[in-house]
Amino acid sequence: MNRTPILFLNVLVIATCGLVYELLAGTLASYVLGDSVTQFSVIIGIYLSALGAGAWLSRFLDRELARRFVDVELGVAVLGGASAPLLFLSFAHLSFFHVVLYGVVFLIGVLVGLEIPLLMRILKDHLDFKELVARVLAFDYAGALIASLLFPIFLVPKLGLVRTSLLFGILNAAVGLWATWLMRPLIGGSVTRLRAQGCVVVALLLVAFVKADAITSLAEDGMFADDIVYSKTTAYQRIVITRNRAGFQLFLNGNLQFSSADEYRYHEALVHPVMMLSGEGGRVVRRVLVLGGGDGLALREILKYPSVESVTLVDLDPGMTQLSHRFPPLARLNRDSFDDPRVRVVNQDAMIWLETDAPPFDAAIVDFPDPNTFALGKLYTTRFYKMLKQRLAPGAAVSVQSTSPLFARNSYWCIVRTLEAAGFQVRPYYTAVPSFGVWGFALARREPFDIPARAPSVELKFLNDQSLAAMFTLSADLGPVPVEINRLDNQSLVRYYEAEWKRYE
Amino acid sequence: MNRRELLAAFLGVPFALAACRTGESARFPEGEIVGASDRLGHLIRDGLRPEPAADAWERAGVVIVGGGVAGLAAAWRFLKAGFEDFVLLELEPAPGGTARAGEAHGVVPYPWGAHYLPAPLKENRALVRLLDEMGVLEGADAEGEPVVAEQFVCRDPEERIYYRGRWYEGLYLRAGESAEDARQLQVFNAEVDRWAGWRDAKGRRAFAIPVANSSDDAETTALDRVSMTEWMDARGFTSTRLRWLVDYACRDDYGLRSEQASAWAGLFYFASRMRRPGAESQPLITWPEGNGHLVKYLYDRSRERVRLGLAVADIRPREFQKGSGATDDESRGVRANVGSAGIGGGFGGLDGHGGVEVVAVTYDERSAVGIRADQVVFAAPQFLTKYLLKPYREGALPAHVAEFEYGAWMVANLFLEERPRQAVGFPLAWDNVLYESPSLGYVVATHQRGLERGPTVFTYYYPLTDADPRAARTRLLSTDWKGWADVALSDLERAHPDIRAITTRLDVMRWGHAMIRPRTGFLWGGARQKARRPFGPVHFAHTDLSGVALFEEAFDHGLRAAEEVLTARGLKFESLR
Repeated sequence: MNRTPILFLNVLVIATCGLVYELLAGTLASYVLGDSVTQFSVIIGIYLSALGAGAWLSRFLDRELARRFVDVELGVAVLGGASAPLLFLSFAHLSFFHVVLYGVVFLIGVLVGLEIPLLMRILKDHLDFKELVARVLAFDYAGALIASLLFPIFLVPKLGLVRTSLLFGILNAAVGLWATWLMRPLIGGSVTRLRAQGCVVVALLLVAFVKADAITSLAEDGMFADDIVYSKTTAYQRIVITRNRAGFQLFLNGNLQFSSADEYRYHEALVHPVMMLSGEGGRVVRRVLVLGGGDGLALREILKYPSVESVTLVDLDPGMTQLSHRFPPLARLNRDSFDDPRVRVVNQDAMIWLETDAPPFDAAIVDFPDPNTFALGKLYTTRFYKMLKQRLAPGAAVSVQSTSPLFARNSYWCIVRTLEAAGFQVRPYYTAVPSFGVWGFALARREPFDIPARAPSVELKFLNDQSLAAMFTLSADLGPVPVEINRLDNQSLVRYYEAEWKRYE
Repeated sequence: MNRRELLAAFLGVPFALAACRTGESARFPEGEIVGASDRLGHLIRDGLRPEPAADAWERAGVVIVGGGVAGLAAAWRFLKAGFEDFVLLELEPAPGGTARAGEAHGVVPYPWGAHYLPAPLKENRALVRLLDEMGVLEGADAEGEPVVAEQFVCRDPEERIYYRGRWYEGLYLRAGESAEDARQLQVFNAEVDRWAGWRDAKGRRAFAIPVANSSDDAETTALDRVSMTEWMDARGFTSTRLRWLVDYACRDDYGLRSEQASAWAGLFYFASRMRRPGAESQPLITWPEGNGHLVKYLYDRSRERVRLGLAVADIRPREFQKGSGATDDESRGVRANVGSAGIGGGFGGLDGHGGVEVVAVTYDERSAVGIRADQVVFAAPQFLTKYLLKPYREGALPAHVAEFEYGAWMVANLFLEERPRQAVGFPLAWDNVLYESPSLGYVVATHQRGLERGPTVFTYYYPLTDADPRAARTRLLSTDWKGWADVALSDLERAHPDIRAITTRLDVMRWGHAMIRPRTGFLWGGARQKARRPFGPVHFAHTDLSGVALFEEAFDHGLRAAEEVLTARGLKFESLR
């Protein structure tokens, strides 16, 4: 049978596919879980042992080897092809992602492990044992080389993980389908059903390949510098989480909200000055209000204070707060704040929620996305701050994330002046957050106050007495500029913001 | 009339051709024609005048006929004076007239007509007092002008305009403006500024709200004798987009084209809302339900004395029932003069011999009630006097009544399950206008509530500007729900291609007599000045007496008529006006 040389080409393809699935699983696990050394090491270990298990299992297959080979090919095609989308999905939705990850890797390994022994047994009647082993193993390792070079150079940068996975699934299925012709004489009985199965698998994977292009992440891969590990469109916004070597990043509607590498600087600056000021003079901070802040990172800082008895977090988007609660890397970063019995989540528009009744709060943190739409701009108006003021107990302080005083100086001072116009005493302050740049906040209270002098005695990475004092010392290029007050009926802030950030786009 | 003819008639021929080419299988939501009870009104017009049974007669000091803003304002005024012996009768099952609101089906309440109120200047004392009482104001600024609390001022963005595939901010189409367009706009604004600063020898403004405080100097009243278009022509305002803006203003406030509206009315729109030359127009006060919010406040005050679903069919001043010859116009004039002199009415209202009988029909036409009163505040449009006021009906109809013409409007409320997909350009505003449409566009009920996503209600306005108001009414009433729904949806579809898919319900209100028409010559031609004089015990109060349909005018006439009655009754009070 002079088809034998072509069968070796199959070995090459099979081997390439097998290694690609392994690399995919390792890369994906590193992306979403971080710690790539551990991830790759564990994945390789599991995969190799699964190959062994597959080889061992091959001894239990005695009859219709060619037919079984095609079955195995189609099985690898389905499981390997769908592995990347499947793992992304389970990562987003399941807390036992590890189990799925290692399970999928093991299953793929077992099936791939069956391939070579089966093929060798099919070919054994046509070649010397010496020749057989030499050629099969040579093609097998050559395939591994091709895969390991293609993967980082071409596949990941050009296709991304999902499409790479689907593409190699298609190749696997094609090998299986092709084998129904190549090995036709070795397959007893009708091959119609086998071929039909093969066609269905190829068609399904093709559809997924094309759809993957149309759907979300691939289009966004170009927008975001790093790999997207999660994306979802809620009723209110588009949530995207990316991952790079430094950690992961949250984007809402394409705007960076935090990077896990340096968010502690932002959140310590946002939370602790207001907690210190509110607790000044022996007042006990029991009830805290968070407006926005659906990532739960401000919560994490607030919950460090044992005096806090309850935190009410008002965030418009249940999609966001649920993600922060359930999405393992986010939940880890906010230290499972949403599981804390002191935390109550209200998914409502903050301005409308402020109209409802609640006992006064001892401190409040306002952490909304930057005012780049009218819907967000209203949350920075005199009306909004006046309503907030009515919810505060005497002596309660507020901190407001106020965009960058360097990139958007008018916007920053507009927020400060609007707080003042609403009847607050305000101290502007800022800090450097590498992912964002120079970032501004406003510390406000009805009653006059001095800047807190001492950092609190809770666990802190960024703040100490010196950095606390430094935050309130504004450099000359951040100083006040004359601005209008932001009102519901003029939305001055949105107009400032748009004009200022346009320069950086 | 087929679909193409219908759309051609209401939206223009080129548009109808385009719409019918693309959307032959147009989709319709559910919905119905609501309100404005033309059926019962027309029965009364055609002679339905049942006599109440002997035991169906009641007695009240004053009957207020009509529960629109003027009638409710009169009731509010009475209560302020501590006078409670009155009853208000309203034909519709809900108060408010063309300022009423709806709340069924909507995520927020929504207007059926008037939907905003420019912040009053301090001179409008009574209105300032009302708004203050409602908690709408936050004191006064350095000049003593009332400050409207932020939450009641129309939120930004207020207006946007759709032109050829794109939305732009504001009402004046800036995009593509030529240097000459810009120059003419500047000259026009300077002209408006001049009028905003103009004062007569008595220190009165040319264009004041209420109109009663405007100057009657010949220089200003001469403006009433030319149309707004003639006035524009005479000053060389040829800019298409400027003329569009002025025409839009006339259609928006008066339901008239700029060639029909008098220049006095046209300039009133722009100049009366400015504090001083160069100032921004006064901010607009609004609520999701529009002026229905003001109506509800006023209605809540007088609720116990308001009888809804009672249509007044006959008003019979007693004096006329005794003497058969006293119905000519001349004798009316004499008596009216006596009445307005404040002696207590020429009909001796309080001595038991004069007074007036008011007969009303229940909404279901089953029964009639009669009320014997000393005075009537006729807070209904003038055209109804010829049916309801017995002496007028029986031959003493003064000539001025025929001068009052009313425009017809269609208002549709579209209930949307979500917002239209964002078209190119400026985002959804409160007031959304289509440049190339005979409609006025739509206002968004959720805007002032701060709900930027999810279900909402669009209120779509379509004034019928036919030269002959009767022709307009015929067109209005002969077009059924489906016809009007198609007009509204097809019109909006050009800016929102998905509007049919997201509209779950569409209700239609056909206002036969929506607004008084301040056409050339009407405002200062004498008719409205004559019409506001009392007719014996009947005191008139309606926005049509100002010649423009505005909340402020209706409110002022309600107060004036109520104060006339208080005087006639010999009660001591301090005028709020």
